Amino acid sequence: MKKQTKTEELAFEAAFAQLEEIVGKLEAGDLALDDALALFEQGQKLAAHCSARLDEAELKVQKLSASGAVELFDLDEVP
Amino acid sequence: MRQMNLFSSPLPLTVGDLTRYIREMFEVDYRLQDVWVEGEVSGVTRHASGHTYFTLKDASAQISCVMWKTVAPTYGALVVHGGQVVAHGQVSVYEARGQYQLYVDRVQPKGLGDLHAQFELLKARLEAEGLFAPERKRALPEFPHCIGVVTSPTGAVIRDICNILARRWPLVEVILAPTQVQGKDAPPHIVAALDALYRRADLDLIIVARGGGSLEDLWAFNDERVARKIADSPVPVVSGVGHETDFTIADFVADLRAPTPSAAAELTTPDRQEMSSQLAALRVRLASALSDDLRARRIALQSQTRALSHLSPQARLANLRQRTDDLISQATWTVSHLLQLRRERLTGASARLDALNPLAVLQRGYAVVRRDGRLVRSVSQVSRDDRLAVRVSDGEFDVTAS
Repeated sequence: MKKQTKTEELAFEAAFAQLEEIVGKLEAGDLALDDALALFEQGQKLAAHCSARLDEAELKVQKLSASGAVELFDLDEVP
Repeated sequence: MRQMNLFSSPLPLTVGDLTRYIREMFEVDYRLQDVWVEGEVSGVTRHASGHTYFTLKDASAQISCVMWKTVAPTYGALVVHGGQVVAHGQVSVYEARGQYQLYVDRVQPKGLGDLHAQFELLKARLEAEGLFAPERKRALPEFPHCIGVVTSPTGAVIRDICNILARRWPLVEVILAPTQVQGKDAPPHIVAALDALYRRADLDLIIVARGGGSLEDLWAFNDERVARKIADSPVPVVSGVGHETDFTIADFVADLRAPTPSAAAELTTPDRQEMSSQLAALRVRLASALSDDLRARRIALQSQTRALSHLSPQARLANLRQRTDDLISQATWTVSHLLQLRRERLTGASARLDALNPLAVLQRGYAVVRRDGRLVRSVSQVSRDDRLAVRVSDGEFDVTAS
């Protein structure tokens, strides 16, 4: 298996793509049992990570100031 | 033909009949159903119902106008006493008052004809330069991480966009580059806001947005500087300016035109719900892929086990064991048989040997006589006083010849 970034650090789409790849490999069969089990475990981790990313994400809105710096933008203060 | 019947009767017409006839006369004239008229606004009444009533006049005449509440919010700002406008609508009759009037559905400030001409000119020029070419259009990233938004920091647009992003794809980060979006100074502001975003390396795409308004309100997005700046963007630009029916130069030059600011937010992001269900489906496939795999292995194992038991040396061993036993008993029998034979032969031989044994003769009372160890077969072999050894069946004794 190729070298992988830690699951917790993966962007959603990267984790999702890896999960799809793993499901594809498992569905194709042809794996050693140990590899299949390891892939399954990795797949579960990725799925949990994706779910968490979807469930826990909160939109972050920032505003560019005249100097080009960013500051938090509070939507509740929009007139 | 009702009119024919109406006038063919000898009886007088009712006022209602006549008025309805007059209204229909207006409405069958297609030119009066799609008319632009220019004039000065006066006598504006904004009714509690939301409809707006006013009069358009010039030096020689006037016409009553109605603007229903469905369009009044959009164009109301232009309909002010003394305003010079061009109104579009259809002419018909308000029967209850016996009054013909213009039912206004669009209003532009007077002089907008110039704007139209400018718009078409700029559009043709930029199009000829290839700025609108389809091959220039870039695809949007499927999963944006950071979206720049160029719009007013106040008002509904930024709020709508953020609400939709928060619902659809809260994984994204929004960088608002605040700008004026209306008025003479708006174009350089929009250009500066875009520039500020272009200097950032973290953006995946940019939304340029403005809420609905009159052609003049949206004019900044028909500015050549804004158009060229959008064309220079290092990342895909999505325009969401005005309503669905409004087209601006910014729309043509952007990588994607969204009909509204909200639509821009929708078009640039995946849907969390949709991804959730795709994820759930993948989870199911993951689990069933593994259980299918394990089942297949179990079945394969069983059939191998069966195959193995057929090939097993156990069976051959059992076979060989039996054959060994057979051989052993056969060998045992053969050996004992041979022994028996030998034994019988030995017995026979020893019997014959016995018969030949000279000692056996002695049993019968004969004796063997030896002189000096030699058998005495004749008297001539013996002289007087010879010592002779006599052997009988059970021993020997000596005698002296006489």
